[in-house]
Amino acid sequence: MRYLDEEFRVKVGLAEMLKGGVIMDVTNAEQAVIAEKAGAAAVMALERVPADIRKEGGVARMAPVRKIREIMEAVSIPVMAKCRIGHFVEARILEALEVDYIDESEVLTPADEEHHVDKRAFRVPFVCGARNLGEALRRIAEGAAMIRTKGEAGSGNVVEAVRHMRAIQREIRQLTVLGKEELAAEAKRLQAPLELVEYVAEHGKLPVPNFSAGGIATPADAALVMQLGAEAVFVGSGIFKSEDPEARARAIVKAVTYYNDPQKLLEASEELGMGMPGLDVSKLQESELLQTRGW
Amino acid sequence: MTLRVGVLALQGDFDAHCRAVERAGAAARLVRTAAELDAVDGLILPGGESTTMLTLLREERLFEPLREFGRRRPIFGTCAGAILLAREVSHPQQESLELMDIAVERNAYGRQLNSHVARIQPEEEFLRRTGGGELETVFIRAPVIRRAGEAVKVLARYRGDPVLVEQGLHLAATFHPELTEDNRVHRLFLAKL
Repeated sequence: MRYLDEEFRVKVGLAEMLKGGVIMDVTNAEQAVIAEKAGAAAVMALERVPADIRKEGGVARMAPVRKIREIMEAVSIPVMAKCRIGHFVEARILEALEVDYIDESEVLTPADEEHHVDKRAFRVPFVCGARNLGEALRRIAEGAAMIRTKGEAGSGNVVEAVRHMRAIQREIRQLTVLGKEELAAEAKRLQAPLELVEYVAEHGKLPVPNFSAGGIATPADAALVMQLGAEAVFVGSGIFKSEDPEARARAIVKAVTYYNDPQKLLEASEELGMGMPGLDVSKLQESELLQTRGW
Repeated sequence: MTLRVGVLALQGDFDAHCRAVERAGAAARLVRTAAELDAVDGLILPGGESTTMLTLLREERLFEPLREFGRRRPIFGTCAGAILLAREVSHPQQESLELMDIAVERNAYGRQLNSHVARIQPEEEFLRRTGGGELETVFIRAPVIRRAGEAVKVLARYRGDPVLVEQGLHLAATFHPELTEDNRVHRLFLAKL
């Protein structure tokens, strides 16, 4: 399949290495060190965590280069950074900076409301958000080497992450029982390339790792999305907006490893302090949702 | 008796290793606790982040049981797993199981942009034991083995540095044989069990 050439395998390779891990949002070197010590498999460098972007409003852009560099120098684990949807110049700058992964993210204010970045034109790998199978396959067709379900970033509410993970897993399972002659119509409905639809139908999974993000705030939330099929977890505001970030970071790392072991999950959930305050996503206005950015 | 091949599943590409073990004709089981470790004949330490694995090994009190396991049973480490097996780790310096007399520098090729696939000609001994020709090697933010002690046998080199080494019971690769279809390195390990 043309999507799976050698360069793409190297991009997916790093996503394979992050499986079973936690990728934590950090806004400075000090937080990055706390994350690494707690067992983060990677960090996401950004200027403000999603909860603050939501609260403060304004245009959210790529993090300042100085800040990303400071984080890259502080830790030995992979460092990711976000660019705005469609902002291929921010992406080029991040590639020149040699970040390990770029998240073309709906958490930042989109730069283009019609087009995503042509990710195949880059050597640095990309991760993109998705709410359903069609969206995931469109991003993979553009060159994304990792998918994360979008959830609702900065909400501290896992309900949207659950919805999106369930949707993708359900749609994948549905494809596997269709006849070959039914796949073209399905590709049309999903607005995704037939070749990728056929891959999913044959293998029962995406051709790239599928992680979960957007609203994960507790060890139990992390284990929940893992049990629903996530292969790793992104935690944004959930850690550094909680009362004791270090303890919570450790607890979430433990919960992702032992997601199927209730005794270990009990241990991970003890003595945690207060979690971040959450939002009722159903009370948010349509315009306040981050997940509807991108198509 | 069927071989019980364990794959340490704290973090990393342990699923890819399970599939590679199965392609090589054995059954794999995931290991996350000391009790699960007791029930396997050999163990694979997968690729992933060595700092994450170390943190969990310490917190779950698996570090000593794993080192003890390595005195009796074969361990095969890839990338992060090779870092855990090493006697010395640099860039930055960190704790390790010290089961193989090698010095390893982390992320020695650079960041993800320097990750790559190479085709290498393994040493005669490797070919004698596994057959076949050149080996496809996938390096992901890979470490480099800067020193290999006298008791360490080098089975493959890339750009002059050892990338597949053996010492006694143990085997370490700085690349990811589990990410290719070629299962010779896994078969080599299974033959040691």
